[in-house]
Amino acid sequence: MTATGTMRPRKSAARPAPATAPRRRRLTERQSKILTFVALTAPMLIGLGIFRYVAIGWSFLLSFSEARRTITLGNWVGLDNYQQLLSDERFRDALTMIVLFTALIVPLTFAASLGLAVLVNRVRRGRAFFRTAFLLPAAVSYVAAAMIWKMALFSGVPSGLANTLGALFGAEATPWIQTQSPPLYWIVLVTLRLWLQVGLYMILFIAGLQAIPQHLYEAAALDGAGSWRTFRSITFPMLRNTSIAILLLMLIAALQAFDEFYAIFSTGASLGSEPVRTPLMHLYGVALQDQDYGVGSAGAFLLTLLIVLVTLVQGRILGFARDKD
Amino acid sequence: MNRYRGGLLGSVVTYVVLCALAVVFLIPFYVLLRNAFMTTPEVTSTDWHWLPGALRLENFTGLFDNPERPFGRSLVNSLLIAVITAPLSTLLASMAGYALARLAVPGRALVLSLIVGTLMIPQSVTFLPTFVVVGSMGGVNTMWGLIAPGLFSAFAVILFRSFYLSFPAEIEEAGRLDGLSHLGVYWRVILPNSTTMIASLGALSFIEAWNSFLWPLMIGQDPGSWTVQIALSSFLASQTVNLPELFAGTTVAVLPLVVMFLVAQRHIVQGIAMSGLKS
Repeated sequence: MTATGTMRPRKSAARPAPATAPRRRRLTERQSKILTFVALTAPMLIGLGIFRYVAIGWSFLLSFSEARRTITLGNWVGLDNYQQLLSDERFRDALTMIVLFTALIVPLTFAASLGLAVLVNRVRRGRAFFRTAFLLPAAVSYVAAAMIWKMALFSGVPSGLANTLGALFGAEATPWIQTQSPPLYWIVLVTLRLWLQVGLYMILFIAGLQAIPQHLYEAAALDGAGSWRTFRSITFPMLRNTSIAILLLMLIAALQAFDEFYAIFSTGASLGSEPVRTPLMHLYGVALQDQDYGVGSAGAFLLTLLIVLVTLVQGRILGFARDKD
Repeated sequence: MNRYRGGLLGSVVTYVVLCALAVVFLIPFYVLLRNAFMTTPEVTSTDWHWLPGALRLENFTGLFDNPERPFGRSLVNSLLIAVITAPLSTLLASMAGYALARLAVPGRALVLSLIVGTLMIPQSVTFLPTFVVVGSMGGVNTMWGLIAPGLFSAFAVILFRSFYLSFPAEIEEAGRLDGLSHLGVYWRVILPNSTTMIASLGALSFIEAWNSFLWPLMIGQDPGSWTVQIALSSFLASQTVNLPELFAGTTVAVLPLVVMFLVAQRHIVQGIAMSGLKS
C-alpha cells in the first residue's frame, strides 16, 4: 500500500489513471520479466540438462554396473569396473603416456607461445602478418595436421621433408613414426601440437601484454634495465594471471589428447590396439569396440579425476608462490 | 641515442627470427598444396621438387569417385553441421547470457551456477556419457545426434553474459519506452547491437564444428553420416593409400577454414583473446 502511495503522485501527474493501474502494471512488468527470463534461458538449461547433467549422472551409475552391450542400469558391481581398468596394464601404460606427453608439451608450448608473443608485440611493422602466420595453423584440424605430419613431413619413405633435409646433412632416411626406441615418434607428436596450438596461446599472451601499463617499461628504461631484466622483473610478473589461465587450458587440452594420436598411430584396425595410445583412446576402444559401457564410464571418471587432481595441484603450487610474494 | 641503437639492432634480430619462424610455420601448408597437385611418383620421389610437374586436378576429382569413401557426402554433412551449429549455438548462448546479465529475477544465481557447473567436467570426458544418452534416444547415425550436443556451450554463455553486463542500460530503457516487451528489446535492440560478439563466437563455433573429430567418430558410424574429418581418417584404414588423393582431401578439409580465418581474423582474434582471459 505504501509503495503504491509513493508511486501514485508521480504517475498520476503524467497521466491520470485508475488507482489500481500502477499496481497491475508493476505486476505484469515483473511477470513479463520472469517469463522472458524463462524463455531465454530454458533452451540452454534443457540442453545442458540432457546432454551434460543427465548424461553424466547416468554414466556415473553405469560405472558401477555391469553394462556390456547395454546401457540399461542394473547388475551393480561396485568398484569392479574401476579395479578392472586400473589393473589393465594397457590402460596404465596409456596413463603414463599422457602424463609424459603433458609434462613435455605444456612447458614447450608455454615457452614458445610466450616467446612469440613478446617478439610479435615488439615489432612495429608487419605485426598483422606475423600474427596471421603463427595463428593460421589454428584453423587446421588435428586430423588434417596429422595427415600432413605423417604422410609428408615425417613419412618413412625417403621423400618426407624431414628425411630430405636430413639427407642434405648425410643422415639416413628414418621411419620417424614407427621407431619406438629411441622413441622418435615424440618429435612428430610434439612438433605437430606446437604448430597447431602455439598461435592460439600467443594471442592470449599478446592480449595480456597489451594490458601492461606502458609507464612501467618507461621507468625500467630510465633505470637502465636491459631487455632480459625488463622481461624478468616486469613482463613475466605482470602476466601472472594470464599465465595461470593459459597453463590450465594447456594442461586440460594435453590430458585429453586423442585426435592426433589416433590419426598418427591408427592402422585401421580396432580402436585401442594402437602401439601408442592415450587414456581416451583406450576407453573409447573399450566403449565402442567392446561395447563395455560400464568400464568405459569408469575410465571417463578416472580421467576426470586425474584432470581435477592436476588442476588442484597447479592451483596449490601457484597459490603457494603467491603467498610468498 | 644509445637506446635507439640497441633498439635498432634488437629489432633487426627480432625481424630475422620472426621471418624464419613464419617460414617454418607456413611450410606445412606449402607441402600440403604441393603434394595435392602431384602424381604418386612425384610425391614419393627421393628427389625433392619444389613445384609439381603439372597441376594434376584428377587428385581432386578422384576424391569424389570412390564409393567406399563418400567424400562428397561427408563434405555436405560437415557443411550442414557447421552451418546449423554456428548460428544456433551462438543465438542460444546470447539469449541465456542476456537473461543472466540483465533480467533480475529470483533464482537467477541458481540458473547461472547450473550453467557454469557444466564447465567443471572436461569436454571430451563428457562425450561417453553423452553417447550413452544420445544412443538411447536413437541418435546414432543421425544428423540431430551429430548436431544437438554441440549446440549448448556454457562457455559462450559466460562470455555473452560478461559482454551484456557492460551494456549501457539506456538502450534498453529507450526500447521499453518505445513500447517493446522485454523479449522485443532483446530481439530488436540488444541482438542487433551484439554483432561483434556474435561474429567472433560464431566463427569459433563454426571452426569447432568443422574440425571436431571424436564426437562424429562415435556417433556417425555409418559412412552416410561421416563428416569430412572422418572421411579423411578413413584413408588410414585402406591398404593402399592414394597419397596425392589424401593430400587433395586434406586440402579440401583445410581450405575453407583457412579462407574463413583470413576473412574473419579480426573477430576471431578478439574472440580468442576474450575467451581465454575470462576463463
